[in-house]
Amino acid sequence: MFTPLETASGRQVTFNFDGREFTAQEGTPLAAALLGAGVSEFRSTPVSASPRGPFCMMGACFDCLVQIDDVTVQACMTPVRDGLVVKRIPRPDVSAEPHDSAPQGSENSREALRA
Amino acid sequence: MTTLIIGGGVVGLSIAFGLLQQGKSVLVLDGGDGDFRASRGNFGLVWIQGKGVDCPSYSNWSRRSAGLWPGYAEDLKKLTGIDISLSQKGGVDYFTDETELKDRIAALESLKQAVGGDYPFEVLDHSGLKKLVPEIGPKVIGGLYSPMDGHVNPLLLLQALSSAVRRLGGDLRTGAQVVGIEAADRAFSVRLANGDRAEGEAIVLAAGLGASELGPELGFKAPVRAQQGQVLITERLPFFLNYPSGTLRQVNEGGVQIGASKAEIGADDREDLGTIAKLARHAVDVFPHLAPVNLVRSWAALRVMSPDGLPIYQRSTKYEGARFVTCHSGITLAAAHARLLPDWVVGSNQVPDLSDFSEARF
Amino acid sequence: MSRDIYDIAIIGAGPAGMAAAIEADRRGASVVLLDEQPRPGGQIYRNVGIATPRQREVLGQDYAKGDALVTALERSGAKHLSDITVWQITGTGRIAYSRKNQAEQLEARQVIVATGATERPVPLPGWTLPGVLTAGAAQILMKSGGLVAEDAVLVGSGPLLYLIAAQMVAAGSPPKAMIETQTGSDLQAAMKHLGGALRGWRYLAKGLSLIAQLKRAGVRRYTGAGDIKVLGSDRAEAVSFTWKGRELRIETDTVLLHQGVVPNTQITRSLQLDHRYEEDQRCFVPVTDTFGLSSSPIVSVAGDGAGIGGAAVAALSGQLAALGALHRLDLITNETFETSSAPILETRAKELAVRPFLDRAYPPSQQTLKPVDTTIICRCEEVTAGDIRRYAALGCKGPNQAKAFGRSGMGPCQGRYCGLTVTEILSAENGISQQETGALRIRSPIKPVTLGELAAYQEEEHA
Repeated sequence: MFTPLETASGRQVTFNFDGREFTAQEGTPLAAALLGAGVSEFRSTPVSASPRGPFCMMGACFDCLVQIDDVTVQACMTPVRDGLVVKRIPRPDVSAEPHDSAPQGSENSREALRA
Repeated sequence: MTTLIIGGGVVGLSIAFGLLQQGKSVLVLDGGDGDFRASRGNFGLVWIQGKGVDCPSYSNWSRRSAGLWPGYAEDLKKLTGIDISLSQKGGVDYFTDETELKDRIAALESLKQAVGGDYPFEVLDHSGLKKLVPEIGPKVIGGLYSPMDGHVNPLLLLQALSSAVRRLGGDLRTGAQVVGIEAADRAFSVRLANGDRAEGEAIVLAAGLGASELGPELGFKAPVRAQQGQVLITERLPFFLNYPSGTLRQVNEGGVQIGASKAEIGADDREDLGTIAKLARHAVDVFPHLAPVNLVRSWAALRVMSPDGLPIYQRSTKYEGARFVTCHSGITLAAAHARLLPDWVVGSNQVPDLSDFSEARF
Repeated sequence: MSRDIYDIAIIGAGPAGMAAAIEADRRGASVVLLDEQPRPGGQIYRNVGIATPRQREVLGQDYAKGDALVTALERSGAKHLSDITVWQITGTGRIAYSRKNQAEQLEARQVIVATGATERPVPLPGWTLPGVLTAGAAQILMKSGGLVAEDAVLVGSGPLLYLIAAQMVAAGSPPKAMIETQTGSDLQAAMKHLGGALRGWRYLAKGLSLIAQLKRAGVRRYTGAGDIKVLGSDRAEAVSFTWKGRELRIETDTVLLHQGVVPNTQITRSLQLDHRYEEDQRCFVPVTDTFGLSSSPIVSVAGDGAGIGGAAVAALSGQLAALGALHRLDLITNETFETSSAPILETRAKELAVRPFLDRAYPPSQQTLKPVDTTIICRCEEVTAGDIRRYAALGCKGPNQAKAFGRSGMGPCQGRYCGLTVTEILSAENGISQQETGALRIRSPIKPVTLGELAAYQEEEHA
């Protein structure tokens, strides 16, 4: 757990992570804001779906990855601003091969697929 | 009798694997961690469409290999437990330029005739292609689909081959840089950088770019040059892309691989910004939804090119038992190298006709 | 797009980068300083410019020493580009970077890489669980998050561990326990360097005073601990370890790891500069001369990125690197170069005197240098120590082959937290030195950048 060193004096803003509302001091690293709110798990890994959260807090380990505006970013390197909407990263489902779809064009295509 | 194989990339290991499956004894000598290695840097395609436009026998040889690929991958899986993620559901090439598309169609049509008509492909306009690959952007005017194409994880292939060669009793020595060869008929002695020696009665030179230096010691011209290619890989994404193309494929781990440039700049394997930007632009032109996706890594690797770009399969005219193999499509041809080439190496009766690929053409 | 051209570009605004920028600017060079953070200071002086009185009280005097550099930098004419991600540097001095999601570039005649250190990887069972952070991360949270870890267990060894523990005590939240990996024989090995270290007696005195503070605060210390595991299913729940022949377990949801720091060599390796394995500090360092000049005539390395020396040494190295660059650019005379650098060299030698003692007293633990097979060593791709040993058995001699086989180093962190471990394991398995085993080759981008940003890049240049 992480607790505040002192009563925050800066401007408090609201942001959203994974559908939940949080408040934090503007400019605080997003990872710190979430840790301060008791959230230590930010994503699950693409390899084994194991939970991960901030580790290095200095932009080196890439474990605190989240998505903002569809871009994967490091939460420890992203300052909190008002109205920020933060999502968890969609995980590639390793077990699901992409669906099979055959070409739907001309006769030639079905012939092509049979060949 | 031991066959020395110089080069532990996909080409050398595939031949070693095939020889071992025939019960032969092999010793593979592989270089250092920092050597130029097409086997680590390639795009991973098992690709047919458009190959051998001016050389139908190359098209046929590639096609034959693609046909052998499922069995080859299965052999490797049975032996090593490694699934190298082969997928041969067909491939799509995307076009943003009308003239380029027309030229390619004409080239494929003429190749189709040259190989006797059995050359399936389909021309798709934008809307036809969109049904197949819904993510394409408005800049894509159409594409070519061929069921002959596919892709594989080339790094898992390399690992599976290393494992398979050892499991079958082959001797694979890594960090073994060959600095010289003393040759006589059916007697070869190889000198390593660390002073060690290795001896064999037959030798296969499959050393990629290293062949240009070692080739003459075995009586080969070995006219190979480096052609640089750069590739990008994105972060892992949910699966969306069913078909590989010559320039875009989603790898089995989820990343989208974007390639590949061609540059005649000698043995330089450094990536550069201009090329990276060009490749990124192509990716976003074809799939606009990739714009917010992170590039995780780029790399440059060196293709091993003969003067006409086709493979060279050459038996030494100077020393009996010496063979030279090189190609820039080591992945596509890997199955043929494992299943057909061993006969050519040992000189048995069931030898594939590789006369179009001899060094005599240069 | 026209490119700005500078005499000297400096990457990283920690003590080395700030000192280099101040020195170079003062002597008339055009200087640009690029940094990832919103404010100058690096990790050691992070946010010092806006720290509250409470933060200063908790973090102590050494932190406040950053004020002077930050103020001098702000007063200088050096151009400070903050919130920058540098993602490529070429051997010709072209620097590509992102600013506000836009790709930009500039050129410099001389480049000073001052990217500091990262925490040495601490591959222990359970080190990937949420709630497990580096000790440095906990300190950064005090500096820039206004947070202190509560009931945390500190694991590892090294002077920084004591400093952070003492800062936690000052914050009113002492660690629940310290599980320390250094042993009596490490101390014995260090003792023969005590004589030299006494030249840097202030550091030793400071260390002893920190340890005394921890004792007064009643912090439980378990030195010589082994077989350390973080336990938990979805997050850290406890730490287990052996100590004096006993098996112990401490409940905690926050575990802070530290095994010293190592140079951040991502940029210097991406430039393919010469590196050597430094036996004393068990890490790769770029090969540099006294003034930080690397094997490239236009690239110098200053601060911890050239070898761990700490903040004071980093600032001095930054000055020296700037003097060297100025001299190569003919912006200062031979005489100025020599008279200015002589006293700095002397001070730096004194400041470095304590290092050999510290390096031996607090070596990385055997458990993290030789992790058991099931331990994850590549956090991104979840490759285990056993995987690497299996690749060694398949003939892998170096980390680049291991990366091709098993993806260690292919994830977004680009080998920052697995590279050294892979080299250590391969070296041990193959009986080949770490130097010969080598390090991962680093490719662009040094940090991820979006395809959209890259795609827009060339168009701008053509415009």
